[in-house]
Amino acid sequence: MDTSVENGSVTRSDLPLRVINSGKSMIAVNARQKIRRSFNQIRAENIFKRSLVIIGLIMVVLVLGILLTLVIQSLPSIKSLGLKYLWGRVWDPVQDIYGAWPFLLGTLLTSFLALLISIPFSISVAIFLGEYYPKGWLPNLLKNTVELIAAVPSVIYGFWGLAVLVPIVRNFETHIGVEPVGVGIFSSSLILAVMIIPYAASLGRSMIQMVPSPLKEGAYSLGATRWEVIRSVILPYTKSGLFAGILLSLGRALGETMAVTMVIGNTSLIPKNIFSPGNTMASVIANEFTEADKPVYLSALIELGLVLFLVTVVINLIGKKIIDRFTNE
Amino acid sequence: MKRHAFNFKGLFTAGALFAAFGLVSSCGDGGNAGGGKSDSTAKGSSDDNTVIGAGSSFDAPLFSKAFAEYTKANGLMVNYQSVGSGAGISQLTNKTVDFGASDAPMNGKQDSAVSAPVLHVPVTAGAVVLSYNLPDVKDTLQLSPAVLADIFLGVITKWNDPRIVALNKTAKLPATSIVIAHRSDGSGTSNIFTTYLSKVSDAWNTKVGKGSSVNWPAGLGGKGNEGVAGLIKQTPGAIGYIELAYAVQNNMAFAKMQNKAGNFITPSIASVTAAANITIPADSKVSLTNTEAADGYPISGFSWILIYKEQKYGDRSQDRATKLLKLLSWMIHDGQQFSGALNYAPLSPAAVSTGDAILKSATYDGKPILQ
Repeated sequence: MDTSVENGSVTRSDLPLRVINSGKSMIAVNARQKIRRSFNQIRAENIFKRSLVIIGLIMVVLVLGILLTLVIQSLPSIKSLGLKYLWGRVWDPVQDIYGAWPFLLGTLLTSFLALLISIPFSISVAIFLGEYYPKGWLPNLLKNTVELIAAVPSVIYGFWGLAVLVPIVRNFETHIGVEPVGVGIFSSSLILAVMIIPYAASLGRSMIQMVPSPLKEGAYSLGATRWEVIRSVILPYTKSGLFAGILLSLGRALGETMAVTMVIGNTSLIPKNIFSPGNTMASVIANEFTEADKPVYLSALIELGLVLFLVTVVINLIGKKIIDRFTNE
Repeated sequence: MKRHAFNFKGLFTAGALFAAFGLVSSCGDGGNAGGGKSDSTAKGSSDDNTVIGAGSSFDAPLFSKAFAEYTKANGLMVNYQSVGSGAGISQLTNKTVDFGASDAPMNGKQDSAVSAPVLHVPVTAGAVVLSYNLPDVKDTLQLSPAVLADIFLGVITKWNDPRIVALNKTAKLPATSIVIAHRSDGSGTSNIFTTYLSKVSDAWNTKVGKGSSVNWPAGLGGKGNEGVAGLIKQTPGAIGYIELAYAVQNNMAFAKMQNKAGNFITPSIASVTAAANITIPADSKVSLTNTEAADGYPISGFSWILIYKEQKYGDRSQDRATKLLKLLSWMIHDGQQFSGALNYAPLSPAAVSTGDAILKSATYDGKPILQ
């Protein structure tokens, strides 16, 4: 923004210089051309600005439109089931009883568990790449690998989870003495944790690289060790950025569908512990939408989408509040 | 500068108005929610040399083979979208396709949603088999209806339960717990299976009921046949239901089921066709589950093609209606030859003659189409 204004003023301020140097008849022509050019430039800039605004507005309209569609399509279910929908424990399409509680619980359990598992990894990767080894072939390899994790389609994670991770988890479950089914909340949290690491890691890395060196150098000159610099300069300076990255990961975990569906066990029963099979809102929608043969059933599934939408919004709002508090300190 | 500011404001208002308009019109469409998957293909079908169908994914492999052969011989293009039975019915309801295909006859609510009578033409038959993972059991497992229902109700939880042992005296059944695998996605396979359980068990009928998706009292869900098969293969002590064709193609062990006549039947193409050799009602809407036939496999069912009885609706031409009816007539006769290789059960003679009568009852402007 600043530079473009500067460019504009440069164009206008160089007029007098040219005027001094050129012949009299040329002055008028040249000046007129210059003036026309700068007006054209202003117009182009306005058009650019306007298109930015329009594109921005389209995004807002899109989100509001999705929300409105969800609300309108879930009206039949809201009318017939009411608020009980949120804490109903039974999901029975045969008798038209729909309660979202098992899926709400499943979604929150898998997402937060995945977040807990992923945070140590993503923060470590961020510190390693941002502070210890910002350059070199090994850090580059690590950086690209982490970014590749985000690029792998989720169905591949689901497949890998089912073929490799689930048998390992089943073995583990046999050892600790819970029902050894393998699939369940725990397996899907592990898969989700792997999937969401890159979001927090790359944001964290760029935040850590942006810490001004005078701050760090100051700390070193006062005799701080590297660990002390990280703990009392880098982490406090970047905490809002790190938190924003974690929030981004959480958003991804809440909505993840395919990989979770393949390893969560898909049961409408309320999970007894983190090793039990369960279900998430996104995977219920994916599973049952195509064959939802009754209007209320379909509407209940759409209301599930609405609840997921609202949960995401609420978590994001809370996150924004926390980031604001960090930044204001 | 002021002018620019004003324009900017106007733009904003225009954008907001546009948005509001867009929302309202999109909500108008939202009313018939069932047609969420419907698209503009029907409008593009003014070309009378292409008929469009949608529905059952179970039928899709058979249809793609049979329709490709029909296209080679007769030049008629058939565009079949494998979107699931429920979605197929709602597309037919919205008249965006020429025919639908479903593994379950239309239910009361779906019937009341359509504007005109719909014909059900039986097109193939399939079976649902019980596959299991018991590495130490060499003989084929035998199950009775009551035991099967109690396993899926979560009443019988161990493989060495006396009731299972009584049916499999020679087998070495382990003391491990039974892990149940069922479909997590709504499907015709689940519908056939739960319809069967509802017929043979009162407890199942009152507690769970039948449908494409039900509230499973126990077990794990897998997405699609491959998801359930994956769970069974991986989990020792698992039992689950999958389509016969899938189980055969993947060499999975499956159980013999005791049928209504008391015989233990191995699921196969022959025993499914046998199950369909019963008195079929004129509208063909019959469930083959728990069949009366003595050598019939009890968990089997028809798959139907659905068309409107009166073919003159919208701007359909008689030519188009005739081509559609000829295709369907070919499908239930010559088209059946492709079933065996793909592990579908060919229609029984009784089913073919019922199908013929149903197709002849279709009309264009009140006059029969097929002679």
